[in-house]
Amino acid sequence: MTRQTKQSPRPLHRPRVLVAKIGLDGHDRGVKLVAKALRDAGIEVIYMGLHNTPEEIVRSAVQEDVDAIGLSILSAAHRTLFKEVMRLLKKQRADDIAVFGGGVIPSEDIPGLKRLGVRAVFTPGTPLEAIVMFVKEGLKSKG
Amino acid sequence: MSFPVRQIRNGDFRAAAKLITAIERGDPSAVPILKALAPYTGRAQVIGITGPVGAGKSSLINELTTGYRHLRRRVGILAVDPTSPVTGGAILGDRIRMRDHLTDPGVFIRSLAARGAPGGLPVLVLAEALHVLDALGMDVIFIETIGIGQDQTAVASIARTTAVVVNPTLGDEVQLLKAGFMEIADIFVVNKADLPGADRMALQLAELSDAVNPAPVFKTSALKHEGLDELIKGLNDIGKKTRR
Repeated sequence: MTRQTKQSPRPLHRPRVLVAKIGLDGHDRGVKLVAKALRDAGIEVIYMGLHNTPEEIVRSAVQEDVDAIGLSILSAAHRTLFKEVMRLLKKQRADDIAVFGGGVIPSEDIPGLKRLGVRAVFTPGTPLEAIVMFVKEGLKSKG
Repeated sequence: MSFPVRQIRNGDFRAAAKLITAIERGDPSAVPILKALAPYTGRAQVIGITGPVGAGKSSLINELTTGYRHLRRRVGILAVDPTSPVTGGAILGDRIRMRDHLTDPGVFIRSLAARGAPGGLPVLVLAEALHVLDALGMDVIFIETIGIGQDQTAVASIARTTAVVVNPTLGDEVQLLKAGFMEIADIFVVNKADLPGADRMALQLAELSDAVNPAPVFKTSALKHEGLDELIKGLNDIGKKTRR
């Protein structure tokens, strides 16, 4: 176990990302592929599987101290569920955790999700590399 | 008393989680906070849960947590999963088995990646994270190891009580005689006891425990919620004996 010396400006940090399905939606093929792609990119993935509630997601994200939450939604309930996740994150003073999403989300809904604070939305056909790139590079800006 | 110290003493999960991250990173800012928390530690009952891949360690912890919550004890869980030797990434999937407690304010669950630690157990990180959960007010703290092979025994060096969890299909009595993780058990658990062979396995372990180490044997089925009250009583009895 190496302790970083004081000279190093920022100690080594591996991104930690919580990846889950949310709501009543049993389609987990995509979310598993994303979890594996992130793992293969050297990221620590807390994988929560199916049927999570917004409260379960947010409380888990706080305890796991993740850098980001990735939610897969194919149930058409994305507006309600993302809104609730963002509300609970604020309530827990954890709205510095970046939220991104994927799944069947109509393009006209994406600006609304971004206004809620969702950082990125990946729709079907997105290369896995784009999601990996977002997590590895896109999260750095939050400092 | 510094700000994070006060927050953790007041039971703030977010502050505790941030401190565990700092510990994992080897961030020197964690050191003075841990020192300041030291007087508030040493109170929790620390239980190591170890055993082979798929023995049902996480599911058993989920069930035990239900039992301890009924006894109004607060529960902390530190669950380790392996880090990829190829990429450094990890899938931390123990929380998925602990679904019954995800929103309980009396339960704190943290998944940790092994990050190349010898034997798959980041002992120094766990020892410090234990102090954090202890100071946070957790009464019982579980350390769940990665699924282990025969010679991984480090958990016994940080847990006051070590439960070795096996299944009815582990193997014959020669497997049980071999040196290694069977020797560190303070308590044996035959989980998945709803499967055939559980009684035979329990009997073989009981014979072994007479010879090597007087460890009691319990049969549980996390799936059928059976044997948990007896196991909790056994853990508490052992905990009293091993308490420093």
